[in-house]
Amino acid sequence: MTSVDTAGARRVIGDILQLHAHHGQLGQDQLLPVLHAIQDRLGFIAPDAVEGLAQSFNLSRAEVHGVITFYHYFKSTPPARCTVQICRAEACQSMGGDALLSHASQALGCALHEHSRDGGFALEPVYCLGHCATAPAIMINDAVHARVTLARFDKLVAKVTATTEEAV
Amino acid sequence: MSVRIYVPADSTALALGADDVAAAVLQEAARRGIAIDLVRNGTRGLLYLEPLVEVETPAGRMGFGNVDEADVGALFDAGFHNGDCSHRLALGLVEQIPYLAKQTRLTFARSGITDPLSLSDYEAHGGYRGLRQAVTMAPADIVTAITASGLRGRGGAAFPTGIKWNTVLRAPGIQKYIVCNADEGDSGTFADRIVMESDPFVLIEGMTIAGLAVGATRGFIYVRSEYPHAIAALNHAIQTATRAGLLGFDVAGSGRAFALEVRKGAGAYICGEETALLESIEGKRGVVRAKPPLPALAGLFGQPTVINNVLSLASVPIILDKGPQFYQDFGMGRSRGTLPVQLAGNIKHGGLIELAFGVTLREILYDYGGGSASGRPIKAVQVGGPLGAYLPPSQWDTPLDYEAFASLWAVLGHGGIVVHDDSADMAKLARYAMEFCAVESCGKCTPCRIGSTRGVEVIDKIRAGSERAQQVILLRSLCDTMLNGSLCAMGGMTPYPVLSALNHFPQDFGQVAGDEIAA
Repeated sequence: MTSVDTAGARRVIGDILQLHAHHGQLGQDQLLPVLHAIQDRLGFIAPDAVEGLAQSFNLSRAEVHGVITFYHYFKSTPPARCTVQICRAEACQSMGGDALLSHASQALGCALHEHSRDGGFALEPVYCLGHCATAPAIMINDAVHARVTLARFDKLVAKVTATTEEAV
Repeated sequence: MSVRIYVPADSTALALGADDVAAAVLQEAARRGIAIDLVRNGTRGLLYLEPLVEVETPAGRMGFGNVDEADVGALFDAGFHNGDCSHRLALGLVEQIPYLAKQTRLTFARSGITDPLSLSDYEAHGGYRGLRQAVTMAPADIVTAITASGLRGRGGAAFPTGIKWNTVLRAPGIQKYIVCNADEGDSGTFADRIVMESDPFVLIEGMTIAGLAVGATRGFIYVRSEYPHAIAALNHAIQTATRAGLLGFDVAGSGRAFALEVRKGAGAYICGEETALLESIEGKRGVVRAKPPLPALAGLFGQPTVINNVLSLASVPIILDKGPQFYQDFGMGRSRGTLPVQLAGNIKHGGLIELAFGVTLREILYDYGGGSASGRPIKAVQVGGPLGAYLPPSQWDTPLDYEAFASLWAVLGHGGIVVHDDSADMAKLARYAMEFCAVESCGKCTPCRIGSTRGVEVIDKIRAGSERAQQVILLRSLCDTMLNGSLCAMGGMTPYPVLSALNHFPQDFGQVAGDEIAA
């Protein structure tokens, strides 16, 4: 699964590169925008996309790999159907963030940085979502939720489970 | 005539269900045949009241706090759309809520009042008057005005903004840049986010003035990936300003160019450090650069660059509009103007509090904050983000002023305050500070990269009670190395929360008075 070796993925990346080039040239400052665009479209940046990117940017593979792995946001493996991010920063800790994390871990059946057994959920830490006055905050896929009590967490997860099951 | 109802689209309000509230308002109004005009405003900064719904009445805007979608039917039943304040969520006139009425809103004058994406709203509330003033001035005169205002960098380092701009103005360079640091990664801070989401044009206007002042024709706003709503609002506002001729080849008819672009970060805290941020825009790992050279002389792509925080740049328009003396008249000592305090964590009334420098922490915590959210006594407050010191109750009469905080071996930083009640374990929080540094260190310098990991281990031993006295000495020595040997504030300031926790709350580290002397 961790491959871009499909015609579809290669075409997507090709289109993105073309879109970010100026007069046929790709400046290095376009590397982060390109990586964002790839992850937005494909969900992750497959390791075997690195060589093609390096060639397009006239960089070494090590440089491209270095950039991808430096930034926490970029993923090199396919994401779970649903990613739950729990804020670990001080303001959320002061409002029961630790209890929320252990509850989430138990409810989803996985520890931080892991996927649930059915692969449906990924549990990740995040360091501040900017909702510190209404802590604790979490993010489920692209939606932020604030003042998350344990009961509210269960309700939010149930809602996501219901909608993803409908989609399947 | 239709009734105007405001439901904020600020992301904190959204995180508390504002979209569902807005949908319910539309649905209920339609069902009852009531004509309404729904405006998605920004936030007033009274985050403890979000979602804060407002209804326009001849007397002013009436507020209804903490509205849930389930409350909407009852609100209509109670006649809230006619300004009737009999419902239990009614707050009366929003402008008269003491939390807001006692503030001095300069940078956040429009926040929550206007539709953030409406240029005509922005201009009707004093927007773009600063730029129109600036286009009539010589670049050096704009810089002089900023210097005279006393504005200091609001990102945390508090360097005088005018002096930085003057360096860039005088630096030779083919292409100069204005870079806005919107990588607001500190826990307990959200003022930058509120500017970008609730009043994006003020940042755009401030950056445009900076461009005119130093002769820069391009600008970048580097926003963290955790802020998708801010990114969307800025992109929308940049398009609108460009179409209106306020950005582009001929800014406001001045014949001078300024173009703006948003760049998205990728979850690296260190990119809030200015040189790491520049590396990131250049498409590299966010590794800190050694200074000198200063970014003002050799910054983005090696060119002279103004790099300022969101709040510094957003304070520029009002200084040009009302004159430097107006701004300079607020504040105390060498801290001039206003500071947007961000009150967060375990506090009853968390939110944005913009005040002239000089108010005390205690006033913020109790007069505005109303004490802890849990109802337990407040034990410690961390001011200035994860690299700021923890302050015990004995220090809460300190006025918010850069120099007053520095004299306590603390930092005011970006004005973020995180409150902890008496259930907080300060040794655990000290460990967290080291752990955070280990996770987020860019790895360039050894004290930060290795020191933070050793710091976690040493604090673990202290907490476990193994060779405690020696480990405390070791921790102090390690902090000394990090303080004096790190390349930037990441490693250099992590000792602030660690040592302040140890010094003010030794009992949480299993220490009793005299322990260290005995060792």
